[in-house]
Amino acid sequence: MAVDAFSVRDCALVAIATGLRARSLREFRDALQRVPQESVYYHFWGRLLRPRFDDTEFHNDFATWARYSLHDERLSERLAVIDPADFSDIEALRADVLEVVEQCLDETDNLLARRDRQFHFRRCQTVVFDTGVRLQEPAALAQAIPAMSLGSIYYHVIDARRREPVRTDDFRIWLGQFGGSFESLAEKFAAVDPYFANLASLRVELSAIVTDHFSGARE
Amino acid sequence: MSGMLGEYARVAGADVIRQLRLLAEPMRGLRVVHVNSTRLGGGVAEILAKLVPLTSELGLEASWEVVEGSPGFYQCTKLFHNALQGQQAHVPASLIAEYERVSEVNAERLRVALDTADVVFIHDPQPAALLRHFPRRRGKWIWRCHIDASHPHRPVWAYLRSLVGPYDASVFSLADFAQMLPHPSYLIPPSIDPLSAKNAELSAEQVAACCARFGIDRMRPLVVQVSRFDRFKDPVGVVAAFRLARSFIPGLQLVLAGGGAADDPEGEAVLREVEAAAEGDPDIHVLLLPADADEVINALQRAADVVMQKSLKEGFGLTVTEALWKSKPVIGGNTGGIRLQVVDHQTGFLVSSPEGAALRLRHLLHDRRRSAEMGRAGREHVHQNFLITRQLREYLTLMLGLVRGAADRIDLG
Repeated sequence: MAVDAFSVRDCALVAIATGLRARSLREFRDALQRVPQESVYYHFWGRLLRPRFDDTEFHNDFATWARYSLHDERLSERLAVIDPADFSDIEALRADVLEVVEQCLDETDNLLARRDRQFHFRRCQTVVFDTGVRLQEPAALAQAIPAMSLGSIYYHVIDARRREPVRTDDFRIWLGQFGGSFESLAEKFAAVDPYFANLASLRVELSAIVTDHFSGARE
Repeated sequence: MSGMLGEYARVAGADVIRQLRLLAEPMRGLRVVHVNSTRLGGGVAEILAKLVPLTSELGLEASWEVVEGSPGFYQCTKLFHNALQGQQAHVPASLIAEYERVSEVNAERLRVALDTADVVFIHDPQPAALLRHFPRRRGKWIWRCHIDASHPHRPVWAYLRSLVGPYDASVFSLADFAQMLPHPSYLIPPSIDPLSAKNAELSAEQVAACCARFGIDRMRPLVVQVSRFDRFKDPVGVVAAFRLARSFIPGLQLVLAGGGAADDPEGEAVLREVEAAAEGDPDIHVLLLPADADEVINALQRAADVVMQKSLKEGFGLTVTEALWKSKPVIGGNTGGIRLQVVDHQTGFLVSSPEGAALRLRHLLHDRRRSAEMGRAGREHVHQNFLITRQLREYLTLMLGLVRGAADRIDLG
């Protein structure tokens, strides 16, 4: 059976204020129950495509706020350890965050941030477009990935997990169409944890995997 | 790749420019007009000077219009500006009347350009009243607020809200600055142009010549603040911090360099206050620079050991971005957009008082290795996040979103 070419696509995000904000942990809990799913998604994943300083310690906006605005280290650590890739959908992820927050509210007084350190819930608007680049063979990934924009990396690795029923990246889905021929390459992609990298380093890591695969251990 | 975009590809990356071209493709021929209140002076004018031609090079029909005001108009809009930043400001009815009169005159002058535009960006409060004069507009109108409007003086905001509420969307630099409005509020931080005269690379000779011109001794440490002479920038606080630090660092020099802006009538009064605070001190250089002194500002920032932006209120603080781009550690006021750029202990220090600024200044001048590390981190931070190409991408995304129906996800196929 002929395998479809891999269509390299790209995306761009722009953030939008939801108008919901929280100064105390109780307000945060109440707002988190009401914000659209897009907002929860944005604060875990969308942040990768927005202007920010790479924080190597906290990987979602909720944990960052708990640490630097509420000054509660335990809460921030509990929130930081939540990996959105572990959840089947956004509602399950939201429920887990709420559980951590409820637990904290049971254990401590209501935490309060300074007036100018409120949490602002945001969502994003995403535009997806075709780059016109088509890859016929997996070996072409070695040249294609380093040239991809960070938006393309985001689309094929991060966005794909929400888009595709199997919750994996687009590269592995495509490689799977070649039968077992590129199983080991797909496994190497599977070992990459996108949650703990920024997009530029993710691009470097994926490029190195493909280059290494095709220069040495050809199957 | 040729033209302006080719030049930006060399700084921002070819992938970044390719992405811009693809994003712009469905909007070829779209008529986009930006309107602000000055062509010279201030961060808005600087960024529009490049954003508009870059947008044109991507195939959109972009143009830039400027509203023309009277002294009364500018007095009024300065009060609006201060009130948006939280200052108690009473705007007399006579000034409001003048503001509305001038807005109507400008609307007639700009009628053809704005009635036929597909997308209109209105920057800040000065041109905000134009919208009501265009009932037959065919395009999407966006109010772009560059000011920290997180805690506005409410009576003035109530008036401004009545002007900006009917827009199709608004844009704020940070979520903290956004006010509740009956339309989508986009969040787009501003950016710098790495190829402008203010940010382009300079030779050591050019930097040395600039210092010689102003009597700055290159053998002694130098701290620089570049900003308008505006109380919110706290130039008098910078003089206080400098004096505290100098008692520990003999030979320390300070440059306070600011330009006036055509729409800022308060600047002169603040300049006099700063000159009085610095009087008789040969190591404090208060420089009132003309609006076209970009290369001088560039050289001063490059000559600095540490750059300060000790603002009490700040929209975004593009002078911080400029300094970080030049690999300088920045001591910034813990406010507004400075927080997004000065990551405490990473790219500089956030401070809340002259004493705090003095302490961090001593730290940075004492630990040169740490200072250099922060400088490197700051440049990379700007490279990734605050170059004009990123802002252009977000404007294009916003425009696509608005003209294609504002859905959460737009698939162009």
